[in-house]
Amino acid sequence: MAELILKQFATPLLDPFNLELAPGECMTISGPSGSGKSRLLRAIADLDPHDGEAWCGDTAQHGITGPAWRSRVGLLPAESAWWSDRVSDHFPKLDGEILERLDLPAETGDWQVNRFSSGERQRLALLRLLSNQPDVLLLDEPTANLDKANIDRAETIIAQWRKAHQTAVLWVTHDPEQQHRVGTSSLVIENRQLVKSWS
Amino acid sequence: MELIRLTPLDLALAALLVLALALLSLKLSLGIGQRLLIAALRTVVQLSLLGLVLKFLFVQSHPMLIAALALFMLVVAGYEVMARQQRRFIGAWGMGVGTLSMFISSFTVTLIALTVIVQAEPWYSVQYTIPLLGMLLGNTMSGIAIALDNLTQSAWQQQREIEGRLMLGHTWEEAIRVIRRNALRSGLIPIINAMAAAGVVSLPGMMTGQILAGSPPFEAAKYQILIMLLIAAGTGFGASAAVWIGSRRLFDERERLRLDRLSPAKPE
Repeated sequence: MAELILKQFATPLLDPFNLELAPGECMTISGPSGSGKSRLLRAIADLDPHDGEAWCGDTAQHGITGPAWRSRVGLLPAESAWWSDRVSDHFPKLDGEILERLDLPAETGDWQVNRFSSGERQRLALLRLLSNQPDVLLLDEPTANLDKANIDRAETIIAQWRKAHQTAVLWVTHDPEQQHRVGTSSLVIENRQLVKSWS
Repeated sequence: MELIRLTPLDLALAALLVLALALLSLKLSLGIGQRLLIAALRTVVQLSLLGLVLKFLFVQSHPMLIAALALFMLVVAGYEVMARQQRRFIGAWGMGVGTLSMFISSFTVTLIALTVIVQAEPWYSVQYTIPLLGMLLGNTMSGIAIALDNLTQSAWQQQREIEGRLMLGHTWEEAIRVIRRNALRSGLIPIINAMAAAGVVSLPGMMTGQILAGSPPFEAAKYQILIMLLIAAGTGFGASAAVWIGSRRLFDERERLRLDRLSPAKPE
């Protein structure tokens, strides 16, 4: 467990700002589309060039390699990527326990990715990310393409994980109700600035 | 056996055939007639010039002049590789990746062939240097162009998959491995096919030329075998170098995918 600290952090769409996110906290971010929410998360995961420095606990972003940083600060996009046919190819180790948590039979590990529903795929993507045991979770509208039942399940998995592992979570969402359901505090992007909405 | 010399009239007759093809293209509005004619014209002008230059070099075979011609051929080949890319690297890399790879592979392989295998006296004698280098450059050029194009196009189309892997903490090499392998395969398939069909389906150009010029067929066959093997090696190493340099360039020092280093796709 570790906190996320951003100092004089800036992206092409956001002016420099400071941010601290404590372990176990879940901060939501909202803002009009095109205001740079996704790009902010991509910059924090060090997928895009940016200004300023980020720390995960005592570890500076520039102190470790990009891949090492990204396995500690994991980003989950709205639409998950699957580069191989079989689901199990995407996990270092896909055991029955993981599939059981998704109410999926163990043999589904050999299934083709496209046999799963979008909700199942998104939960698999979430567990794939969590299997890295990240200290910080960056969620980019992770439930945007899901129906009500699947949203509930995804939120439950994330909340349980966050509390059990004291993971710091930064969650981009449009839905004001979801912000209050999952968040411990909330930010909104206005005119290139990150503004505190409530906490 | 005496070589039958071709007259301008002979070439004009062959040119008439291409002209007829261009007319057909116009009639069927294939829209390729102009490109066909320009390419044919380039062939006539470029090969005539090369003939003249080589004629001069046979007399005046200073090593610096040969080196200058070799360098010129390399630069043109590098430009051709760049021109065949749908999405080329921005800046000096656009021409650099292909030119450097061809330099590494074609020049090295030609040098080995000249000094270790053919051992002409002197080893840089024009009669061997330029034809060997030309055959190698021409073929590695195609292989490298195909492999690079495949690499950059696939990276562009599979941005989500590549970044999906990066997000999970995979290294750039893990994230691009499959694309890189496929790009290299695509660059090697033409020469593999050419070797498989050589002598059975197709009579390769160099052997044809030597036979026409009166060489004993078996000697011509041996030269063709040498050339084919050299081309395979040159294409393979050249495409590997290009794919390696190119794939490395697609990522920066933080191992981020940097598609902004590619130019937008050329309109078809």
